[in-house]
Amino acid sequence: MSEATLERGINALKEQIDAPVAAFFSSCVSCGMCAEACLFYTETGDPKYTPIYKLEPLRRVWESEYTLVGKIKKVLGLNKPVTDELLQEWQELLYDSCTLCARCSMICPVGNDIVYMVRKAREGMVASGNSPEGVQGAATRAVTIGSPMGVKLSALEAQIRHIEADSGLKIPMDVEGADYLALLSSMEIMNFPEYLEGLAKIFKQAGVSWTLCSTAFEATNSGIQIGSSDIARTLVQRIVDGAERLKVKNVISPECGHAYTAIRWEGPNLIGRRLPFRVIHILELLDELRAAGRIKTKDLETDCYTFHDPCSIARKGGIIEEPRRLMNMVTTNFVDMKEHGKMAWCCGGGGGVSSNEDADSLRIKAFKRKRDQIAETGADVLVTACANCRLVIEEGLEEYRIELPVVGLSELIADHLVVDEEPPETPE
Amino acid sequence: MNEPMDFLIWTRGTAFDIAVTIFVIGVILRLFEILALGRKQNLAEPKGSEFGPGMKTILTRSIPDLGTFRRQPLTVVAGYMFHIGLLVSLIMFVPHIELFRATFGFSWPGLPTPIVDAAAVLAIVGLLAALWHRIMNPVMRKITTWEDWLVWTLTFLPILTGYLAYHRMVNPYPVILGLHILSVEALMIAFPFTKLMHTFTVFLSRWYNGAMSGRRGVES
Ligand code: SF4
Ligand code: SF4
Repeated sequence: MSEATLERGINALKEQIDAPVAAFFSSCVSCGMCAEACLFYTETGDPKYTPIYKLEPLRRVWESEYTLVGKIKKVLGLNKPVTDELLQEWQELLYDSCTLCARCSMICPVGNDIVYMVRKAREGMVASGNSPEGVQGAATRAVTIGSPMGVKLSALEAQIRHIEADSGLKIPMDVEGADYLALLSSMEIMNFPEYLEGLAKIFKQAGVSWTLCSTAFEATNSGIQIGSSDIARTLVQRIVDGAERLKVKNVISPECGHAYTAIRWEGPNLIGRRLPFRVIHILELLDELRAAGRIKTKDLETDCYTFHDPCSIARKGGIIEEPRRLMNMVTTNFVDMKEHGKMAWCCGGGGGVSSNEDADSLRIKAFKRKRDQIAETGADVLVTACANCRLVIEEGLEEYRIELPVVGLSELIADHLVVDEEPPETPE
Repeated sequence: MNEPMDFLIWTRGTAFDIAVTIFVIGVILRLFEILALGRKQNLAEPKGSEFGPGMKTILTRSIPDLGTFRRQPLTVVAGYMFHIGLLVSLIMFVPHIELFRATFGFSWPGLPTPIVDAAAVLAIVGLLAALWHRIMNPVMRKITTWEDWLVWTLTFLPILTGYLAYHRMVNPYPVILGLHILSVEALMIAFPFTKLMHTFTVFLSRWYNGAMSGRRGVES
């Protein structure tokens, strides 16, 4: 990457401004409703966390570059310029206190898609050298080592050997012409290997032809979290190359929410062409298998289970009904939280917040919202579908000394799967 | 000719023409300024359509989310009050419709004056509540700029003067009517260059929001 300077930052912001951004800033009536949608405001009561306020640097660039009044003000020296100090001050607002959860975008009465602009504003922060160190480190590791947590292929292979030895299942690697290429997140590899084992079990039973790829196994994209299209592009390209090398028709995004956003929605735009394969989220695939009768479950739980919607999957990805149908495959006692689906509250750790140490104490405060939401359901078990949400929630619960098991939905399906002695032939 | 009459004639003539010209050209310019920025083609395989969901969000965003409404009811209630009050007094008051017919050649039936009168009161109370809220609420105080005060004043004055004029509460009548027209002209001149533009851009914003979500298969 080229050296970060204020000028580059301002230019990056300029480049990010498009008609929607201009319409949004023109429409804002300073009503403050977006604050009520944002967990960083509701849990702290600090007005500086008002979503639209987080966009002041971008707003200033828009005003002075793209409006008549702003241009006149600039000539007369009446404009408020974007300075290094301003960007430094805004680092906390644009990173520590925003998980890119998009809840504010659902609330604004004039229809401003605020998260769309936060994502864009971060490009200017990176270009001007104002992104937090923790997220920078993750992004650098993702490019140089291949994973934000520094997980190498050898570590994945070691996990695979463990899983294969424990379960007797086969985890295919680099199988050319497989129907599905499964991606993983580092957290799933290191903290929740149950996910990979679950996949192997389900796919064997359902007769799904699948593979992992040794050159593209990491699905997460720190470039998107930090706001660097350059890094994001490199990481997406890695997956596209891997998928093309193995000639797969479908790529499975893991549970991890932002990985889905990265490959499904941003991926094609980053590399500048349509993807040569279909991207499907694991929950979508499991729901398809369910609908086709290719997976069945047994021994349903009777305890009360609730589900946390990862923002990137539900509100930003439209995968809302699938997890509910799947939940009903594993428990007879599923309860939704009051505000769920597209209005779900974030766990507080998305959008790079969980890898940003500066945000640690704020994140724990913000977690109160989820904590209370979970408590309200009275559930015995919390299920989610994102390794990052899962870790953040586990940590939050521990902080508030609440004992509650947190489980991933895919592995839960695997646990309750009806396994035939002789799995059927691949029907496709 | 007495002076109040001259003043009224001026506000109805020259001043009105200037204001309308600035308003129309300004609004077109601002909309062009926004739309000319365009949007990059989105290459991601869509999960839903854009146009329909965009149009739908234009309508549905008028209804607040219940959970958020409970957190901040005054914003919503005051907002509804003054928008409805303003709209009714603007387009349902017979003299306004007459002016419209004289200018554009077509008209529509108005509402009985007591109803319009109530609407004006609704708008005044709503605007005062919104002002009080803006002063008291910490979030609004944080994000309010001088422009928000200006815009509030520019919106409030036409309703106030209109109300005073209709009830003949200020003498001589031509003066207060002239002031009413003048305040509308001030509003029209400032309109394209301030947040008053949201009257038009709200359709763009809501549409973009609904369309971008709709493409991802989400109702926004
Ligand atoms: S809710 Fe929308 S209009 Fe209100 S302050 Fe926030 S961005 Fe502006
Ligand atoms: S995206 Fe979420 S965290 Fe970020 S400002 Fe909006 S509501 Fe707050």
